[in-house]
Amino acid sequence: MSNHANHAVHEPFVRVVKRDRIRFSGKVVIRLVAILLALLVDALFILCVTGLNPISVYTTMFDGTFGTMRRFVTSLRDWAPLLLIGIALAPAFMMRFWNIGAEGQVLMGAMGTALVMVYGAPVMSTPVLFICMFVSAVVLGALWGLIPAAFKAKFGTNETLFTLMMNYVAIKIVSSFYNKWRGTASALGKLNKATEAGWFPKMNILGVNASYGITVIVTVIMVFLMYAYLKYTKQGYEIAVVGESVNTARYAGINVGKVIVRTMLISGALCGFTGFLVVAGSDQTISATTAGGNGFTAIIVAWLAKFNTFYMVLISFLLTFLDKGATQIASSYANLNDYAADIIKGIILFFILGSEFFIHYNLVFRGKKKEG
Amino acid sequence: MSSGYAIELRHITKTFGSQVIANKDVTLSVRKGEILALLGENGSGKTTLMNMIAGIYYPDCGEIIIDEDAIEIRNPRDAFAHGIGMVHQHFKLVDVFTALENIALITDKDEKYDLKSIRKRAQAICEEYAFDLDLDQKVYEMSVSQKQTLEIVKVLIRNVNRLILDEPTAALTPQETEKLFSVMRRRRENGKSIIIITHKLHEVLAISDRVAILRKGEYIDTVDTATATESSLTDMMVGEKVTLDIARDEPVNPTKRLSIHNLSITNPEGIRVLNDVSFDAYGGEILGIAGISGNGQKELLEAIAGLQITEQGASIEYFPAEPEGHTEQLIGKTPREIRNLGVHLSFVPEDRLGMGLVGAMGMTDNMMLKSYNKGATPLADRRSPRQLAEEIKSELKIVTPSVSTPVSRLSGGNVQKVLVGREIAAAPSVLMTAYAVRGLDINTSYTIYNLLCEQKRKGVAIVYVGEDLDVLIDLCDRILVLCGGHCNGIVDARHTTKEEIGLLMTKLKEGAENE
Repeated sequence: MSNHANHAVHEPFVRVVKRDRIRFSGKVVIRLVAILLALLVDALFILCVTGLNPISVYTTMFDGTFGTMRRFVTSLRDWAPLLLIGIALAPAFMMRFWNIGAEGQVLMGAMGTALVMVYGAPVMSTPVLFICMFVSAVVLGALWGLIPAAFKAKFGTNETLFTLMMNYVAIKIVSSFYNKWRGTASALGKLNKATEAGWFPKMNILGVNASYGITVIVTVIMVFLMYAYLKYTKQGYEIAVVGESVNTARYAGINVGKVIVRTMLISGALCGFTGFLVVAGSDQTISATTAGGNGFTAIIVAWLAKFNTFYMVLISFLLTFLDKGATQIASSYANLNDYAADIIKGIILFFILGSEFFIHYNLVFRGKKKEG
Repeated sequence: MSSGYAIELRHITKTFGSQVIANKDVTLSVRKGEILALLGENGSGKTTLMNMIAGIYYPDCGEIIIDEDAIEIRNPRDAFAHGIGMVHQHFKLVDVFTALENIALITDKDEKYDLKSIRKRAQAICEEYAFDLDLDQKVYEMSVSQKQTLEIVKVLIRNVNRLILDEPTAALTPQETEKLFSVMRRRRENGKSIIIITHKLHEVLAISDRVAILRKGEYIDTVDTATATESSLTDMMVGEKVTLDIARDEPVNPTKRLSIHNLSITNPEGIRVLNDVSFDAYGGEILGIAGISGNGQKELLEAIAGLQITEQGASIEYFPAEPEGHTEQLIGKTPREIRNLGVHLSFVPEDRLGMGLVGAMGMTDNMMLKSYNKGATPLADRRSPRQLAEEIKSELKIVTPSVSTPVSRLSGGNVQKVLVGREIAAAPSVLMTAYAVRGLDINTSYTIYNLLCEQKRKGVAIVYVGEDLDVLIDLCDRILVLCGGHCNGIVDARHTTKEEIGLLMTKLKEGAENE
């Protein structure tokens, strides 16, 4: 073996070492550095590709959310459903039930709301109408969550494919009603436009008159409720045990199938509730894009936050901010179209997500080996 | 081949994060043509040290010297290049691959993926050592012993002459262990070196030339096996005098607690894993269950715990300790239903982190696993579990930063103490344990044995599934031997021999087989 001993082998250039813990300040520094780096790379991109002044582009981006009070309040409108869906996904994901059907569950909730708005409005008083819209939305959303859960609990089917497919079913159902209601018009337009039946009342948010105030308030309340549900209740404990190990759950006497079904009913119902808020609160209409991809984006929100609803508030707001900023720059500059704006947004996301690695791992470079 | 050492370690230190020092300034060496046993309690850093030689970890400081050169081992490939190969305690095999495909996985990067030539070389090794290995068998179809053989072939095919075995005998039968030892002795005769990690002191004495001892990550000494005894090694390992005695009392006033009749189980694969087993367990007695692993022990305990679907005609009757209680039939009831009947059944399953505990949760949350549902409020009570966790932590001297540290971060012995502590704290009337001391060091093992004896004195009916026949004979009152899912006899532990049990384990009595 002596021939091997002679060939030069060096200490590795860099080694990855898992951190056992990191101080809060350390996390903040790493994230700030990530954002700075992202802005630098973006600046290069902006300079080289468009020749624009990066600083002014960034200012415009910032203005997308914070430019005027109206823009800020509009951002809240987009932020609340994203956050609420993230909250809805949290219990399912904590149970390691990969519910990627939030999009469909939200759409079904929206469908339930719209059905009552169209067919119920002429015959119902306002409070009854709202209650029926709410119940119909929650029931349909819960049903969309229940079906894959029941199959998983009974037959062990794969919930990832199942929930994904349920999305397409929901989209087709919504599309067919959309076409039916649209008739010969080019688009559906607002439902109950004349009577405004089933529309949330407008209220003053930060000086802006908007109908989605209720949505924002309810979402904030849900942040606290879901946090407490997962952390302090017996059901939350059951969800955590099932998520970690089904065998341990069985050993502990937990009825695993029951927990799966119950949790997905909650997850689906909350998604359906989001659909109700979106239709009654901000859109007053329905289409196949009512959920707008939030059902998928919310997966990122729930995951990054490690199911902590308070972190979700920040992450969903960041995503909304980036989205608004990208739209703003795309509309402000002639040579920065949607795609370029998306690249800028993507780079920032990449760095922020990538910084998670450095929060969990440390790099040790060659030459740092201590001499014993 | 100038120096007489196969591997020398100088001043090796390895830390994980800022808190955990796995190895501190360890200097030790293995001679050529010797078997060195590496001994230490759980968490003393044996596996970490070996992982650095095998290229899994990289030392923070210190040198590894082979043939008088300090070498860098950055990954297992480097280790192979220096003739170092390690068989890990937890097998590193791809379940859905065949034996041959697993061997081919670790071929050199310059080497062609040539199954034909690899098969030839693997066959040559199997012939040389008389290994019984079907190269086309899938790993998931293999027994533990076959997987181990495969791991060894996988390493030997790389011309390894410095072999590391991490607890190779933990799940082997006495016969399989003996076979492995003869392979090791043959390699020693050929001038190859072997480092073996094992907790079984009689094995250390039987196989090794020298013994190196680690304690809490630090190197203590290397002694010649010829001059060592079980107690001298234990004292060095623990750092103080230890008495290795099991305080077995005569059962006092044993009363029938469980009566099991005609218990049969067919597993989902359609194999009859338990066949018409009948026996009684008594309060105030330890009933041992012996058998080669995989002969129905797991299913038997899980059936009593309400976790298995049993076949028709089976009966598990429970006779309460209190005179006013009712006899209960446990068949067809879920664990929670059994608990709601007031049956205090504690169960320490074989798979500690996969069944008995939730690895990602701390001690507190694990304490409430079976009791969280108490009380009418929807909120979970964490105050009393936390108290219990603190009590168990101090009573059993569990080493953990806090009761909220995930238990998966604790060493194997501490994990088991958490589990056993919880199950005993539930004040059981029946306590079942499966391989309660597997992988535990000798000190922790005796702690567990004596906890069980204490429970026996309190009148608990204990069912102890074990693999070490010496311990079964010393600890239990009666021993039931399982063979192929049949109850192959119940012997009096005070008047039996290892040979008698060994025979019952391997040879089915006439008339028992009726298919």
